[in-house]
Amino acid sequence: MTEPILQGRNLVKRYGRVVALDHADFELYPGEILAVIGDNGAGKSTLIKALSGAVTPDEGEITLDGKPVHFSTPIDARDKGIETVYQNLALSPALSISDNMFLGREIRKPGVLGAVFRKLDRKEMERQARDKLSELGLLTIQNIAQAVETLSGGQRQGVAVARAAAFGSKVVIMDEPTAALGVKESRRVLDLIQILKGKGVPIVLISHNMPHVFEVADRIHIHRLGRRLTVINPKEYSMSDAVALMTGAKEVAGPHT
Amino acid sequence: MSDPNADQSFEAGLSGSATDVAQFEEKKGPIERFQHLLHVAPWMIPLIVLVASVIIFGIALGSKFFAPFTLTLILQQVAIVGVVGAAQSLVILTAGIDLSVGAIMVLSSVVMGQFTFRYGIPAPISILCGFGVGALCGFISGFLVARVKLPPFIVTLGMWQIILASNFLYSANETIRSQDIEANAPLLQFFGNSIRIPLPGGTAVLTYGVIVMVLLVIVLNYVLTSTAWGRHLYAVGDDPDAAELSGVKVKKMLISVYVLSGLICALAGWVLIGRIGSVSPTSGQFANIESITAVVIGGISLFGGRGSIMGMLFGALIVGVFSLGLRMVGTDPQWTYLLIGVLIIAAVAVDQWIRKVST
Repeated sequence: MTEPILQGRNLVKRYGRVVALDHADFELYPGEILAVIGDNGAGKSTLIKALSGAVTPDEGEITLDGKPVHFSTPIDARDKGIETVYQNLALSPALSISDNMFLGREIRKPGVLGAVFRKLDRKEMERQARDKLSELGLLTIQNIAQAVETLSGGQRQGVAVARAAAFGSKVVIMDEPTAALGVKESRRVLDLIQILKGKGVPIVLISHNMPHVFEVADRIHIHRLGRRLTVINPKEYSMSDAVALMTGAKEVAGPHT
Repeated sequence: MSDPNADQSFEAGLSGSATDVAQFEEKKGPIERFQHLLHVAPWMIPLIVLVASVIIFGIALGSKFFAPFTLTLILQQVAIVGVVGAAQSLVILTAGIDLSVGAIMVLSSVVMGQFTFRYGIPAPISILCGFGVGALCGFISGFLVARVKLPPFIVTLGMWQIILASNFLYSANETIRSQDIEANAPLLQFFGNSIRIPLPGGTAVLTYGVIVMVLLVIVLNYVLTSTAWGRHLYAVGDDPDAAELSGVKVKKMLISVYVLSGLICALAGWVLIGRIGSVSPTSGQFANIESITAVVIGGISLFGGRGSIMGMLFGALIVGVFSLGLRMVGTDPQWTYLLIGVLIIAAVAVDQWIRKVST
């Protein structure tokens, strides 16, 4: 068995007297799509926040490529190659597509212009942004300098995914990427997830949409009461089984890892 | 939960539909095109209004208005508002507002003057102290806004009173006379110096204050459009949560903006000494409201993240042209205020209209 690329062991996070994570485990293997499902309040968003650096667990250990890592901000996680597509997308509406993709990691002009005058290399950023979007099949964009607020919901999602894909060298985490989208746009985002997987990037997908989860996931991590209940293979279980496990209507049969 | 046996067959209906996620249709119709243009270049409207008002006053007043002396006089009258407006622009772009800009300007000028004359400190060091006071005032506001998370309006409303009161307490309401400054510390009046350019029709008088205002706006325009710091400032004003998740250090950004704003206000204080000659704790009373007026007429959105500092300069110049032009026409000066009021409301209405592009 290959080593997990991203692993959480015995993660505990308490908010006052509420235990959001109760000795939770998590494993993501190279090249796979792992879906994380769980009822509301099961602690899956806390788990994802711990993995993406938005919260720091009280106990437990997170390892990336076998090495322990400590994230105190999402920027730390990002620097290590873990990119997150947030549910609210985290885009700045008035800035252009390329400005958004490079926000917080701008490229400066070479030489004196960049070093002394801190001049941004807009051409280079636009070129890379365009490359990335066309790589994902998103390029019918004529104007990469267009403000993000002029895009539709699906297009914005495309930009957010492209940003994650461009910089997520190790892991891409997607939080409810289809929740706010229509049928057609959801389809396109699912295709994007497959394209990303095809490039060998492992993906963590958080979703409430069972058909979407069962369509793209290689394994499904079921979170319940603050910990991992089990991990199932979508080919061996039906959606109703998954829902029953998730809600506690059905117990786990036999040993699972 | 959905029926577990349902597959994605409803999506079969998609087979004939367009498959592009990011397809951008061209804007149609002249009004949408114009709206889009303004969205990209929000400083266009103030520029158009400025040019139009210059032309109208030019026609009404003829060569009297178009004389180099008159036109440069407008610049001189706008210099202080332009510098303070630059500070105000930075803060408003972060979706804040700084009501203490005028007070910081006056306190800095008083510190520059009093340190020189009361303690006998050499003028260059006193000037640096003035800048230090400006930066400190900005830092306190920035800290309260970014770290303590108080609303900028309240923080700077309080700071305005605190700084203005400190200014009167410290200076004991004492003015330093122009002649004394000229004799003992001419550096304080540096920005009152001018370059005189003889032109056909009169002499153009460019004070150093005017030149520094224009340079400041050009430099800030470069910083805002072409550096990471500038892009981050827009992102913070647009949506601070999104900016934070994208990797912008929002708190540091906000504090740096208020500190820079304080420094620019101190510069305005120095320019102010050059403009009025003396150091007076009661000067610059209207700098607050005038700077906000220039920013708003200049098309910078009070909701943050939108607008250009060039627009602020045009906005300040519009006010300058109106004030001087109407005075030369010989109308009651109240007409100026009335028209400026109309412009402010029109500018905000246009801003709302531009924003509709995003829905």
